[in-house]
Amino acid sequence: MFKIVRKADASPAQERVMRGAAVVAALAASALVLALLGFHPIEVYAKIVEGSLLSGHRLVSTFNKTIPLVVLSLGVAIAFKMKFWNIGAEGQFYMGAFGASLAAFSFYWLPAIAMIPLMMVSAFVFGGLLALIPAVLKSKFSTSETLVTLMLNYIAIKWITYLQYGPWKDPQAIGFPKIPKFPDAAVLPELFGVHIGWVFALVLTVLVWVLLSRSKLGYEIAVLGESETTARYAGMNVTRITIVAILLSGGLCGLAGMMQASAIEKSLSDQLSGGLGFTAVITTWLAKLSPPAIILVSFLFAMLLQGGVYLQSALQISSTVADILQGVILFFVLGSEFFLRYKIVRRKGGEEAKA
Amino acid sequence: MGKKILALLLAGATLLAVTACGPSASNAAAESASAGESSSQAASEEAPAEGAGIPADQIKVGFVYSSAHNDEGYSQAHDIGRQAVEAMGIETAYVENVAETNEACESAIRNLIDQGCNVIYTNSFGFMEATANCAAEFPEVKFGHCSGYTTAENMNTYFGKIYQARYLSGIVAGMKTQVNRIGYVAAMPIPEVIRGINAFTLGVRSVNPEATVEVIWTNTWYDPAVEKQAALEIINTGVDVVAQHQNTTAPQIAAQERGVYAVGYNMSSPDAAPDAYLTAPIFNWDKFYTADVQRVIDGTWTGTKIWDGLETGLVDLDTLTANAPEGAQEAVDTAKEQIISGELHPFAGPLTNQAGEVVVPEGTTMTDDEIWNMNWFVEGVVGDIPA
Repeated sequence: MFKIVRKADASPAQERVMRGAAVVAALAASALVLALLGFHPIEVYAKIVEGSLLSGHRLVSTFNKTIPLVVLSLGVAIAFKMKFWNIGAEGQFYMGAFGASLAAFSFYWLPAIAMIPLMMVSAFVFGGLLALIPAVLKSKFSTSETLVTLMLNYIAIKWITYLQYGPWKDPQAIGFPKIPKFPDAAVLPELFGVHIGWVFALVLTVLVWVLLSRSKLGYEIAVLGESETTARYAGMNVTRITIVAILLSGGLCGLAGMMQASAIEKSLSDQLSGGLGFTAVITTWLAKLSPPAIILVSFLFAMLLQGGVYLQSALQISSTVADILQGVILFFVLGSEFFLRYKIVRRKGGEEAKA
Repeated sequence: MGKKILALLLAGATLLAVTACGPSASNAAAESASAGESSSQAASEEAPAEGAGIPADQIKVGFVYSSAHNDEGYSQAHDIGRQAVEAMGIETAYVENVAETNEACESAIRNLIDQGCNVIYTNSFGFMEATANCAAEFPEVKFGHCSGYTTAENMNTYFGKIYQARYLSGIVAGMKTQVNRIGYVAAMPIPEVIRGINAFTLGVRSVNPEATVEVIWTNTWYDPAVEKQAALEIINTGVDVVAQHQNTTAPQIAAQERGVYAVGYNMSSPDAAPDAYLTAPIFNWDKFYTADVQRVIDGTWTGTKIWDGLETGLVDLDTLTANAPEGAQEAVDTAKEQIISGELHPFAGPLTNQAGEVVVPEGTTMTDDEIWNMNWFVEGVVGDIPA
């Protein structure tokens, strides 16, 4: 009856329309779900906006969620540009937070001016090294980086859990498994009421944009992503490009972990991320790997997360509604990818007979 | 063509957003205006007599739960307390499934304050730091934190002497076991849990000196799958009664599946595993929350430590089911009366540790502080406290 046919590549304008349509369709489908659950969809959406924007500390909370999402997404985008499917942002985030904590606890006597940069470098290195494992395994043994990065997440999280319940347990917490607070010098300062991570996030956005769109390395990453053979034929050093790109990708995710640990939690915990590393994969994809778009999409998702908390207390809706919305949006956007590449046509009678 | 559609969609979305936000935004503004009014009213009324109460219609109580409000356990027990506050004619709100990070808890608290809550309760140990941070930030709001040790002028800490009820449940389990081996599915190696295991074991051995209590740690408060698995594991070793320090009914369900008996926790749950359920040490949080909110109304509220026991009914033993052994009711009733009268104290000496050394000599009783910080197992417990 029907068959699926490969389409000519869609123009950028067509892609934008498709994506916009997918988001609208997702909101419509979510509205249906909400209505079935007995809620007024428009009211719920309005409450999400209200709960994430319309007061000083709600806005701060939304920004606090936006900052790590932006930095994580930038990291993920670099790997995705190379078609290296890094689903390991969550784990790299935790290893970065671990690296930062290691620096904070080992050199607790340092002043902030030395402490913060040291924590950043340490976070970058630990996040980058964790990302390097799947890269090396892929180049040596052709393993699937999707699987390896995904599984490394759990190893990283369990490592933090181990520290929290074991060697790093706060002796002052009467046995409760929590890691001690950072020294004051290890806490990121605030600027205009939001921790200074927002400045880093903006700067990093520009840098990653320059890297991906304006630099030789960015071009090489893109070519390598399209075809390794082409990259080799053009005389590029594939190993070097891969290593640098993956270190940057994991390093940025690690940096996000450092900022979250330092500015928000002021300590390390195995619940630090709350799944931001997985959300970042969605935001990166929705933003089409474009750094400016990442800021917008991350902010919208932060609204969704923050609004989700508000929904509970305002309308007594379970916080999982926000998760459902996220899932539905991703489903529709991934679905739209399909329609960008393929179209469904009706088989003609003659063809059907032949088939 | 494509651009036209996009423009249309965008226009539609904008229109939708404007119509959607319009009225509710103005509502919010009106709300915050009236909230501002009422707080200034409250302030002017409070001004003459310091520590004056707040009228019930100007109180809104917010709750932060570490698990779902209907988890059939810990948070649901608190939520029953919230409903009792609501029955006093006082507005309430809650945020559930809040992660035990400062970010998540502070965000939940701010959300509640935003909506006009001026009394906030947070129900898990892991919320202590966040609650203290918010107490410093919002001096006009009263905070209560459950199961911790930090207080402030506007922050009290509250908990129940559940160990008394655990002792009673130990009596039932000690009389029930045929093999003299009881399993205990325990959450985390912290004093609160250790204290409970000890009290339970002392209750068990008060009626059955031969019996031992074998501990398995889950390192989770709320994870039905992990808790059930842990219970099955310990049942496989041959115990015939399972007790728990977990926030779900999963261990009881595991007991029912294997044909052994179970002691629950937090709230009465005879229907989760009707063939296994003996009883449970339970919290009647309504007793605390209604009394505490009344103190806010009366102006007698202070940032203090509250640790009530069987005498106020904050903790109790659930009604014994038909699964409970004969004579258990009488034994429990006697012990309960004696605990309330002070004649019996679960942690009165002589108490020996697992190595058989006397830790609390005869004639002395552990102080509240010692009980609160207990980090060793009494004789009769099988298992280690991980460092």
